[in-house]
Amino acid sequence: MAETQGGRSLVVDAVTHRYPSGALAVENINLDIKGGEIIALLGPSGCGKTTLLRIIAGFIAQTQGRIIIGDDIVDALPPNKRAVGIVFQNYALFPHLSISENVAYGLAARGIDKAARQREAQRLLELVQLPTMAERLPRQLSGGQQQRVALARALAIKPSILLLDEPFAALDKNLRLDMQIEVKRLQRVSGITTLIVTHDQEEALSMADRVAVLSHGKLEQFGSPSDVYDRPQTLFVNTFVGSTNRMSGVVVSADRTAAKVRLDAGAEIIARPAGGTLSEGGRVTVCIRPEHLQFVGDETGFAGVVGMSLPLGATVVHEVTTADGSGVKVSQARIGETRALENGAAVRLAPLAPSLANAFPATL
Amino acid sequence: MGAAPASRDVTSYGMGLAAPLALFFLLFFVAPLLQLLWLSLHNDTAGLHWGLGQYLHFLTDPFSLGVLGSTLLLGAEVTAVCLVLGFPIAWLYQRVGPKLQTIIILIVLLPLLTSVVVRTFAWIVILGRQGIINATLQSLGIIDTPLKLLYTQFGVVIALAQVQMPLMTLPLITALGRIDPNLDDASCSLGAGSWRTFFRIVLPLSLPGVIAGCTLTYAAAITAFITQSLIGGGQMLFMPMYLYQQASTLQNWPFASAISIIFLLAVLAVVSVFTTLGRMSRGYGGA
Repeated sequence: MAETQGGRSLVVDAVTHRYPSGALAVENINLDIKGGEIIALLGPSGCGKTTLLRIIAGFIAQTQGRIIIGDDIVDALPPNKRAVGIVFQNYALFPHLSISENVAYGLAARGIDKAARQREAQRLLELVQLPTMAERLPRQLSGGQQQRVALARALAIKPSILLLDEPFAALDKNLRLDMQIEVKRLQRVSGITTLIVTHDQEEALSMADRVAVLSHGKLEQFGSPSDVYDRPQTLFVNTFVGSTNRMSGVVVSADRTAAKVRLDAGAEIIARPAGGTLSEGGRVTVCIRPEHLQFVGDETGFAGVVGMSLPLGATVVHEVTTADGSGVKVSQARIGETRALENGAAVRLAPLAPSLANAFPATL
Repeated sequence: MGAAPASRDVTSYGMGLAAPLALFFLLFFVAPLLQLLWLSLHNDTAGLHWGLGQYLHFLTDPFSLGVLGSTLLLGAEVTAVCLVLGFPIAWLYQRVGPKLQTIIILIVLLPLLTSVVVRTFAWIVILGRQGIINATLQSLGIIDTPLKLLYTQFGVVIALAQVQMPLMTLPLITALGRIDPNLDDASCSLGAGSWRTFFRIVLPLSLPGVIAGCTLTYAAAITAFITQSLIGGGQMLFMPMYLYQQASTLQNWPFASAISIIFLLAVLAVVSVFTTLGRMSRGYGGA
């Protein structure tokens, strides 16, 4: 069991968990994860992603559903028999044990003799680029170094699944990028199926092969980063991942692939019906990302008045107030000479393409 | 260490505020202790002849050494019982909900809210010849003649353990509460069972609490005059009673003083062994 390294699949099959109080923590979650994939569980705090991680690790017994690792249903196994490696948010290194003892801890629990486990610990410390730290105590290491040790310790037991709980949240921005690259490198080397719990959408999109977006215990969407970003299935996914402008409107006509929407801001645009088919005459929320709006010269699009322009380096963000009083943001790439817009200038805006405006049935 | 002048300022403030207590200790602790030492260095009860006679007497007298030995042993036994019974309570406390925590802390503290005399008499009722234990066992037909529980070492250890239990459990609860609960999960996810987790992680990290609890319990148990005397009765003599007899009954103040000093040094030696053991373990000051 312990010798199978990497490549094992993980199936979360219709998992529901209720707290003793009766409140739902996660509801009917289905994830089919292939061996060797990196998956991000993305959602705001309290969405149930950590509960799901603890269910997979075996610390919480779910109310309903099954967890299947490889070909084994593991629901009956306690955490210490599941061969699931975990890196905790605060790393949870044993403060009284040396770095090498920390890394070798799981090997000692498996009854491997001292010489062999010291050799293995040293090999792993070299893998995470800390070969000289073996005799130090955890508190003598920096945050990034502690994280590498936590990774080495989790990898030492040759887990079939690696779980990372908000692994980069405690690191500063530069170190975070280094560690993200490092984790991705280690994951490639070991080919181990990896689950990252995070509330940071950039982290999820940049690191994962597929992203599972959770909200209020429910799975909103499970797809590739570009699916999640460009073809969101729910209004929540569209607004939580990346930034977006929400505009209200009424459906004029709709079929399965396109909907003509009359915006309250005063224009008719073609949008993609993102959450299933839309009914004519129904109110919708149209999401258009700031970088998918453009200024148009003719009488198409909707009118607005420029409020403020923020030059953010590679892009310029304009804040525009539309006819119905709502504000939208427009992000322009700074190519050549970007036209400077004066405060109070009247402009007209339209989406770059119909597929880049997503229409969702309006929630009341 | 570059901030030495600043830290000296802070210290001088602290000294000023601590002066009343320092004065109190000087008058009512250091001065009597010095008087005790001065008294013990006299060979006669009148206090006229200087010498180490009292100490020589104690250290060459098998009876006195026996009393010292049995007192130190009593402390060790009480401490061991408190540790073995108290650790699970403290461990449980950190793993139950807030309601049960309140109940546990109440049970732990309850002995402190009643007088030692009352608690000790309660033990006499429980352990006596016609006490609760003997009456129950006899009515169940398990024993014919009453067991001798009162006035035995066993009785004293049990009663003292109950009386001193809070001194063990409270530091243990604090120490266990300081351990990051993720460490338990981490150990478990790495394949360790509950026993390995306990002996490799929980116990070493709770050592500061174990040391503190043992030191307090030990010091309190060996000096517990009332419980020792009432449960032990006349047959069992421990240092506090021995000292009391020499001072009050026999009016042999120099010898009583020497007993005090020797007892004090013996206790300090045991406590420093505890502390050294704690320092040697790497868990000390960790976490």
